[in-house]
Amino acid sequence: MLIEVQSLNIQYGNKKVLENINLTVSSGEIVTIVGPNGSGKTTLFKAIIGSAPIASGKIIMSPSLKVGYVPQVLNVDLSLPLTAERFLNLVTNRNDRGALRAKQILGSEDYLSTQISNLSGGQLQRVLLARALLNDPDILLLDEATRGLDQPGSAAFYKKIEELRESSGCAVLMISHDLHVVMSASNRVICLNGHICCQGEPQSVASSPEYRDLFGSNIDGTFALYQHNQKENKSRINNSNA
Amino acid sequence: MLDDFMVRATLAGIGVAIAAAPLGCFVVWRRMAYFGEATAHAALLGISLSLMFEFSVFAGALFVSLIMATLVTFGQGRSLFLDTLLGVAGHTSMAAGLIIVSYISGVRIELMAYLIGDILAVSKTDVLLIWLGLGAVLLLLFWRWSALLLCTLNEDLAAASGLNPKRENFILTIALAVVVAVGIKVVGVLLIIALLIIPAASSRFLGSTPEKMAVFASLIGVASAILGFNASYVFDTPTGPSIVCVASLIFLLTLTFSSLTQQFQRKN
Repeated sequence: MLIEVQSLNIQYGNKKVLENINLTVSSGEIVTIVGPNGSGKTTLFKAIIGSAPIASGKIIMSPSLKVGYVPQVLNVDLSLPLTAERFLNLVTNRNDRGALRAKQILGSEDYLSTQISNLSGGQLQRVLLARALLNDPDILLLDEATRGLDQPGSAAFYKKIEELRESSGCAVLMISHDLHVVMSASNRVICLNGHICCQGEPQSVASSPEYRDLFGSNIDGTFALYQHNQKENKSRINNSNA
Repeated sequence: MLDDFMVRATLAGIGVAIAAAPLGCFVVWRRMAYFGEATAHAALLGISLSLMFEFSVFAGALFVSLIMATLVTFGQGRSLFLDTLLGVAGHTSMAAGLIIVSYISGVRIELMAYLIGDILAVSKTDVLLIWLGLGAVLLLLFWRWSALLLCTLNEDLAAASGLNPKRENFILTIALAVVVAVGIKVVGVLLIIALLIIPAASSRFLGSTPEKMAVFASLIGVASAILGFNASYVFDTPTGPSIVCVASLIFLLTLTFSSLTQQFQRKN
């Protein structure tokens, strides 16, 4: 067990943001959190990395757990001159294995001397992921990591995550809006809306009434898209490998 | 040497300019200008209290600025309209300060000195305080530089890297309170933020890394202090506003220079 959340409650003022959250992430697992806007997904992440105040409950991390965190956005004001390389070296606990993984993710290094604010969406994504890998983490936390990427871009990103899990054995806990990708790429899906509505294997969550309630009328469309896309994604991935 | 008021004034101006510039970079990067403004305005309450009860103006200003800094650090995240609250707190303090001053006889004329500064009147103690403040601010920034940068980029990322963003923000606001308190003698509560922001804004066009930008900002600040001081001597203008105007001129120059070189590069 890497992370165990026990009856976690979080509230801001009088507003209950998270209620009685219980979840576990074991090593090597890919767990995805889905939920509408304002359902507390990001708050749950903040609690795990220790930046949200916990009202009650516990978050138990396995001793000396190394966490890699990929945030949604960077607030790079245009007035701040900062190259990708400098950002990568800003307060990190790197080790050799992690540095190697980061290097693989970065690929070509010619954009490292570029200012962060001038990076393309895909480049910034690679830099953020590479930074999270520097300490060779036991678990990766991805907060809507594919925001700002187009569909092929996100598909490629999730493929990379899958490969990472294969090669390093690190677990992945991610928040995602790409419902169809989530379904094909996760071992377990947690459906969150202030509380945990349902959780389990992707297929069983997708067919549960709670999930259908939450994602409303376009659920059938999404589900169809998912099945359709799953095949399409696979063939696309195979093609690119060939 | 310190017996010469010109020397004292120059040293005071340089000290405040060096301390303000790197901190000003953070103010610009994090868009904290309004917070700085409110803190500086609030400091007037501290000044008026110190005049009334006859204790050090520096201590009064520092005390009130620190209260504002604490309010902001711990109010963050709890309230969605922090900006408005800051405006309320800053301006209420300033108004209250002005009322208190109106009750103290003979201080009304002196008030102008605290609004726009009176660099020619700095004492040896003031110079010492300014350079102590400068040392403290530079030490704080040097010590927490990378951590502060990461917090500026993303607080959650900083937390995940083992930092405490709340603590880092508090350190930054304390540094800001110190600069406001020591800067009041030189440029006054109305203009101290200008000394933070304008050199930082000018150096954006010159520095390619955060560190270079901070160093350039310090150099521009020092140049503004010396040139502004001399200009005020030659043209017989108030010193604080002269320093700020020189800084603005430098800003215009670097802005023009950078847009010209950019156009030149585009053509080639």
